[in-house]
Amino acid sequence: MLPPLTLERTIDKTVREEWGRILASLVKSLGDLQLAEDCLQDAIVSAMSHWRKNGLPNSPAAWLITVARRKAIDRLRKGQSFAAKQNEISYLFDLENETNDEMDIGDIPDKRLELIFTCCHPALEEKTQVALTLRTLGGLSTEDIARAYLDSADTMQRRLSRAKKKIAAVKIPYRVPDQEDLPERLSTVLRVLYLIFNEGYSASSGECLTRSDLSEEAIRLTRIVSRLLPNETEVAGLLALMLLHDARRTARTNPDGSMIALEHQNRARWNNAKITEGVSILTDTLPKRRIGPYQLQAAISAVHDQSPSWDDTDWQEILALYDLLYEIQPSPVVLINRAMAVSYARSIDDALTLLDQANGDGELDTYQHYFAARADLFSRIEKFEQAASDLKTSIGLSKNDQERAFLHAKLEQCQKNTS
Amino acid sequence: MQFICLIYSAPNSEPQPGTHEFGAYMQSYGAFTEKVRADGKFVSGDALQGTETATTVSVRGGKTETMDGPFAETKEQLGGYYLLDCKDIDEALEYAAMIPTAAHGRIEVRPVVVWDN
Repeated sequence: MLPPLTLERTIDKTVREEWGRILASLVKSLGDLQLAEDCLQDAIVSAMSHWRKNGLPNSPAAWLITVARRKAIDRLRKGQSFAAKQNEISYLFDLENETNDEMDIGDIPDKRLELIFTCCHPALEEKTQVALTLRTLGGLSTEDIARAYLDSADTMQRRLSRAKKKIAAVKIPYRVPDQEDLPERLSTVLRVLYLIFNEGYSASSGECLTRSDLSEEAIRLTRIVSRLLPNETEVAGLLALMLLHDARRTARTNPDGSMIALEHQNRARWNNAKITEGVSILTDTLPKRRIGPYQLQAAISAVHDQSPSWDDTDWQEILALYDLLYEIQPSPVVLINRAMAVSYARSIDDALTLLDQANGDGELDTYQHYFAARADLFSRIEKFEQAASDLKTSIGLSKNDQERAFLHAKLEQCQKNTS
Repeated sequence: MQFICLIYSAPNSEPQPGTHEFGAYMQSYGAFTEKVRADGKFVSGDALQGTETATTVSVRGGKTETMDGPFAETKEQLGGYYLLDCKDIDEALEYAAMIPTAAHGRIEVRPVVVWDN
């Protein structure tokens, strides 16, 4: 007999690590996400009592799959349309003869890729794609997801069950898209993973633990996708980008939770293991010559992460990378970051001219980063009044408390310099 | 399974009868219908007359009330539909994107309910 604490920990650990894999396998055989989830929950409850009595099975994950399938047969038999489900039931019996609880999880085909393409299907809203990916692949509880996205558990529950109903009703398929559709569908998956990462990254890690967990989870999921699609260079690029950003996590906030700009971070606190891994992924990926925005952003991060100090930063290299990035992704955020690189690689005047040109028809007038960037440039050439005015505009446009606090601190500094 | 593709567009956004574009537009609808038929996906499909011909009926307290006009006044109006037999949402969305109005209007795709008994 196992002591209850060890037992619970083992179940937690199995569920945590293998939830996505187990669920994906069940969805594949049951064809229904909700049914698969319900049966897996049943199996977990039953594991509690069985494992306590009989000890741990050889492979807890395989045990859970086998028991969840039996639960599915029970549920289908009890269901209203028993006759209509005969085929499914006999199919499940066949499966059961092929698998048993002595098997290892490695013997069961990994269907997580199929499942993530379902969760990130374009027929679902973006926020739903994110929540569903965290729930089904990540195994996060509805409550945790709700907390991370500042929703009530009820609202999140409704969102998830609506999504599962839609998946069943419109038959969103569980499959990896054809080669023809793969690039577009994969880019949605990567965007969802990056959104999860950023949600965890932009939040203060100190005050809200579940949020930094989101970054960890995004890295874990991206690792899985990267293992399953080893030839897709942008998946590797995204994984490298996440690692290279995450390496600076502890150095980017003060103990009070306020943000520290890259320039002033204590580089000794950066995580070397993550930097090494990120750089080595990039070193393997870039020579494949299928460059994309994630690889380029990762490469820019790598230049920063490998630079011993802010003053030693290789701005020529960073500017060259931004030039390439802007070519394939001409977005306002890339434009502004590129202008900042220009200010270091060439001159501040050049950067200001570039920003002015970019905002020729006032399309950046509601863009917070535009004003924050200009304020930074103005204060570097000691035009503090212009800097202060831009900072005020920027503060008015910001939607994030931490960011506002960061900009306020800069504004105070500016005002000290003008008086 | 059957999916209905509801075709919505703003009345002025599409080629108007009498113009050169209108002929090509109608031809592209002909070609689409032919394609879904040839692919074995076509169940039915029709174009509707404009919302100025619509009458909305409701019965309240046993009394039938009719209203001159569509159920909802919106910029984009329901102009027609296709009922297609597709294997899943991916296939339905693929065909919906080929409906000529998709290029300037919107196609709402919904599965048809299959009653259990």
